[in-house]
Amino acid sequence: MMRQSRFSWARLRDNKVFWPLVALVLILLFDALFTPGFFNIEIKEGHLFGNLIDILNRGSALMLLAIGMTMVIATGGVDLSVGAVIAISGATACVLINPQLATRLRQATEMTRDITYTPLWLLILAALAVSTLCGLWNGLLVSRLNIQAMVATLVLMVAGRGIAQLIVNGTIITVYYKPYFFIGNGYVPYIGLPFTLFIVIAVFLIAWLLTRRTAIGLFVESVGINSKSSLYSGINEKNVKLLAYTFCGFCAGIAGLILSSNVKSADANTVGLWTELDAILAVVIGGTLMTGGRFSLMASIVGALIIQATTTTMYALGVPANAAMAVKALVVLVVILLYAEQFRGWLTKLFERKGVQA
Amino acid sequence: MIQKLKIDRKFVPLLATVTLFIVAYAFGASQSRGMRDPQAFFNLFINNSHLLIAAIGETVVILAGGIDLSPGAIIALTSTASAYLLEKEGLLPEIVIPLMLLMGIALGAIMGSLIQYFKVQPFIATLAGMFFARGMCFFISLDAITISDPFYRELSLARIPVPFLGHTHVSINVLIGLLVLAIAMYLLHLTRFGRTVYAMGGNEQSARLMGLPVGQTKVLVYTLAGFCSALAGVAYSIALLSGHGLYAVGLELDTIASVVIGGTLLTGGVGYVFGTMFGVLISGLIQMLIMFNGQLSSWWTRIAIGVLTLVFISVQSAFAASKKRQIAVRAAKKDQASQAAAPAQGR
Repeated sequence: MMRQSRFSWARLRDNKVFWPLVALVLILLFDALFTPGFFNIEIKEGHLFGNLIDILNRGSALMLLAIGMTMVIATGGVDLSVGAVIAISGATACVLINPQLATRLRQATEMTRDITYTPLWLLILAALAVSTLCGLWNGLLVSRLNIQAMVATLVLMVAGRGIAQLIVNGTIITVYYKPYFFIGNGYVPYIGLPFTLFIVIAVFLIAWLLTRRTAIGLFVESVGINSKSSLYSGINEKNVKLLAYTFCGFCAGIAGLILSSNVKSADANTVGLWTELDAILAVVIGGTLMTGGRFSLMASIVGALIIQATTTTMYALGVPANAAMAVKALVVLVVILLYAEQFRGWLTKLFERKGVQA
Repeated sequence: MIQKLKIDRKFVPLLATVTLFIVAYAFGASQSRGMRDPQAFFNLFINNSHLLIAAIGETVVILAGGIDLSPGAIIALTSTASAYLLEKEGLLPEIVIPLMLLMGIALGAIMGSLIQYFKVQPFIATLAGMFFARGMCFFISLDAITISDPFYRELSLARIPVPFLGHTHVSINVLIGLLVLAIAMYLLHLTRFGRTVYAMGGNEQSARLMGLPVGQTKVLVYTLAGFCSALAGVAYSIALLSGHGLYAVGLELDTIASVVIGGTLLTGGVGYVFGTMFGVLISGLIQMLIMFNGQLSSWWTRIAIGVLTLVFISVQSAFAASKKRQIAVRAAKKDQASQAAAPAQGR
């Protein structure tokens, strides 16, 4: 009996989701101790309110990015352009709602009317298509031109915000079309949970089925571990990489829609600023190595939640939004150091020495 | 004679960058009168001196096979912290400037140690450094602080005439930038440290097997980069006479782009810090061309820099691929030769 429980403990510890979950629980524990009322959930106007719901809602874009980024990092690459793709996606959608605003000034009443000049499904499709194209571009650079992933995606990261500016003609477009707001602000009726959460679940399911119910996941890991030997064993490593980057672009596109719908505008300069870094950190916290190989989508989601929970905690403590970055950096550093073997070895040595002295 | 004229293959990317700069500048000068003024050329230096200083540090890191994402954030932190110390705490600039440089050195050393001793990836370690530095800015002050210190003002307004060129002048930051460039060139090309940096960037494993102090050098490289970033931050706050946490957003990308355009391979081990100066000048020139054009909007700058980076990277990767093919061909020939020789030995 004892033996069996120990066995399951070891299995639990080996599970990739375990350590990130521990970190998340620690952060929530901190909240429970130091921020009174953190766990309060109220029902207002038919939906749930509270810090926990807020973490899920605000973290949704990050979770989506983390899903896409996990795939890319698992192939041994990285995508720095997701922030720029978010800007492009949001800009495309908002421009299509109100193309006049970008080209010439119209009467204020016409600009602020609750109408769209493009059907909702079409503008969503267009934004997703454009961002998927961005991902495809990254994938082509990496897989066909054999450019280092970091450098290849850097190009779009630098140029992408310029392109987004170009789309919105350098202005901040504010939209007034109510159905569009639902994407980022809406709550699913009867359940009372934010709509964004369901988007995340849907994308997660797609990614999970794609990677765990087909061989693609295996291919991705194999390419990440050794792309050359994958090629020799008959895996089309180029197309695997291409798929990963394209999927990442697609995820960033959805995140862009959510973020722009959330603030009801398209601001090419600031939307999604530094999110690529958040996404990468989420994946790293989730235990996927930057060198590629084994990955866990669920662990990355938990990683994203850790980052969002830290941010929300900082807000609850009254730390200014931008200053929270410093704390986030420290949290991330601690988590990463705990993963580093050298640091673990150093820690055990430290404790051993103490033991000897005592 | 012919031998002397032949250009060494390793200088090709550098020459391409310099040529591109000259051609682009000549094009600009032919288009607008403003650029024919020699002062316009020196303005390139004046406007981009902080970028030059930061990019020099970045070049050393990239040559050593790493990457540093923290320059922009450290510049912002330096400007905010120095503005705060000067204005709110009333410290003297003689104390503040060394303090800032020390801070940069400390941040760089910490990141370097994380990378070397705890095997954190450079990308992640400097990313955390970047977040940390940016966040600290806002712990110090949420709003921009104006620097009214007389010493800073004097430095900011100082105009140093360029010898032999009548009415032109440069700022004190340009001199700092060029001095840093000279020191970096000395360090990289004439010292043991520089050789180790190149060897590490080429192949870290081999460098270690050769008995080079790889670990020590790695920490030193990031420390140097931290110092350069802090110095760039001091130059930035002298130029702008204020400090704020949202200054120099995205500057790390500009520095990396400048390094790449300057002909340094992002994989490390190949490149010249002198080329980085031209990389910086080219990105400044793009801005200037778009400004003088008057019709194109400022966001074209970003697109142009992105495209240019892509072009240089593609050329580099093609260059590397052809070199690899050459080596493979040579190895195949050697193989054939040894196979041909083997039976002879057998007898």
